[in-house]
Amino acid sequence: MPQLPDLVCPAGSLPALKTAVDNGADAVYLGFKNDTNARNFAGLNFDPKTMGDGVRYAHARGREVLLAINTFPQAGRVGDWHKAVDAAVDLGVDAIILADVGLLDYASRRHPQQRLHLSVQGSATSYEAINFCRREFGIRRAVLPRVLTLAQVENVIRNTDVEIEVFGFGSLCVMNEGRCWLSSYACGESPNTVGACSPAKYVKWDKQPGAMETRLNGILIDRFGDSEPAGYPTLCKGRFDVRGETYYALEEPTSLNVLEILPEIVKIGVRAIKVEGRQRSPTYVTQVTRTLRAALDALRDGAERYHVKPAWQAELAKVSEGNQATLGAYNRPWR
Amino acid sequence: MSPHFVIPRFRLPALIAEIGHKLPQWPHSLALVTALNAALKLKLLPESELGALEDKLFRVSVLDTGGVAHYTFRNGLFRPVFSVQREPDLAFAANLSAYLQLLARQEDPDTLFFNRELEITGDTELGLIVKNMLDAVEWPTLPRLPLPGN
Repeated sequence: MPQLPDLVCPAGSLPALKTAVDNGADAVYLGFKNDTNARNFAGLNFDPKTMGDGVRYAHARGREVLLAINTFPQAGRVGDWHKAVDAAVDLGVDAIILADVGLLDYASRRHPQQRLHLSVQGSATSYEAINFCRREFGIRRAVLPRVLTLAQVENVIRNTDVEIEVFGFGSLCVMNEGRCWLSSYACGESPNTVGACSPAKYVKWDKQPGAMETRLNGILIDRFGDSEPAGYPTLCKGRFDVRGETYYALEEPTSLNVLEILPEIVKIGVRAIKVEGRQRSPTYVTQVTRTLRAALDALRDGAERYHVKPAWQAELAKVSEGNQATLGAYNRPWR
Repeated sequence: MSPHFVIPRFRLPALIAEIGHKLPQWPHSLALVTALNAALKLKLLPESELGALEDKLFRVSVLDTGGVAHYTFRNGLFRPVFSVQREPDLAFAANLSAYLQLLARQEDPDTLFFNRELEITGDTELGLIVKNMLDAVEWPTLPRLPLPGN
C-alpha cells in the first residue's frame, strides 16, 4: 500500500480553517486579504492576526498551513507581493504556493529555507516544466492543472522528484489555469490581475417572472428557469447563442469528484489531494473534508476492499455546482 | 441544539404564507435586528467589514411564512425600517428551512444558491460581504453535523 496522500482543504476564514482541521484535513491552504491570492473576494481571507491564530490552531494539532500567493505581481507594485512572501515566512507557514517565476526566484533567494510549492496557476503540465522549477527555485511540490489524464499524471510523477498534488474535488472552470483572461474580456479584471474571476461588483442577478438572469458587466451570461440549478457567474459557464443554438458553449457548471478513481490516484504516487473552494462557507469545508477523509481512510484497508459509499456521493453531489460531478480530464481518452 | 439534530428541508403550507402576508411585518424586523445587535455586542461581527453596510437597506423575505423584514445599519447599530421608500440594496428570499439550515451551518449558502433554494438580488458585492462576514463569525458553540452514512 503506497503512502496515503495528504488531504489539502480550503479555508477562506478562521472557522473554515478550524473545521477543516477538526474534520481530518492534513493541511489547509489560505490567502491574505488582498490581491496576492486568486480568491480576493470582499470579506474573505485572513488578516495577519487571524492567520496567526489559524497557524497556531493547525500546528497545535499537527497539521500544515499552506499559503497561496498565486497571482502575478502587477506593474509598479511588485513590492506588495514581496511583502506578502516575507509576511508568510514570518507567520511560520509550512509552505508558500507561488505561481510567478519572478516571485519563486525572490522567495528562493531571500528565504532559502522556506518550502515552496508551484501553484496550479503556474500552469506546469509537464515534468520538464516542473523539473525546471525544481532546479532553479528548489520547489518541493507542484499542483497539476486539471487538464491531464491519469496516465499523464503518472508519467509526470515517474519523471520528477517533486511531490505532485492534484485536485480531488471542487468547481471546475475552463481550466486554462494561470492563463485565463475571459473575465477581463467582460469586465477588465481577472484572477491574474486583481485576484478574482468575475468580481462581485460586476455581477447582477436579475429576477424575472419564471427566470433568473445573470449578467457580468451587462453581458447576459445565463438565464435559469425556476427549477434549473444555477452556477457561478463566469463567462466560461455561460449559455450562449452559437449559430442559432443556445448551449454551454465553453463549459457546463460542474464539479470535479475523484472518489471513483481514488485508488488509482493513490497507487500512482500522488502526494496530496486538493479540495477547491476557499470562497465557500465553513459548512462546505466540513462536508467535503469529512467525506474525503472517510474515503481516504477506507483505502488504508487496501484498494481491493474500497468501494464508494452512496452517502459520500450524496454529500458531495449536494454541494456540487450545477448538481453535477465529473472525473474531468482524468479519464478522457485524449493524449 | 442537540449535536445530532438535523434540520430537514421543508416547505410550510401555502395557507401560512397567505395569512402571513396579512399580518403586520414589524415583529420580524424587530426580532432580526435584536439578534444582529446582540451579535454586534458580543463583537462577533468583524468591525473592518461593518463600514460597507452603513446606510444600506436590506430585505429578508421568508417565502413560506409570508414574513418580510427590512433593516439598515447606521451609526454602529442595526435598525428596523418600517416604512420602506425604495428598493433594498440587497434582498434575500428563501423558505424558512433554508434560513434555519444556514444559521445552523448545516448547509452552505452557495449550495442553496446553486439549488435555487436561496435567492439573492441587488448589490452582489454587498451580498458577498454579508455572506463572508457571517461565515467568519466564530459562534460560541457550533452544532456538530452528523457524519454521512451514520
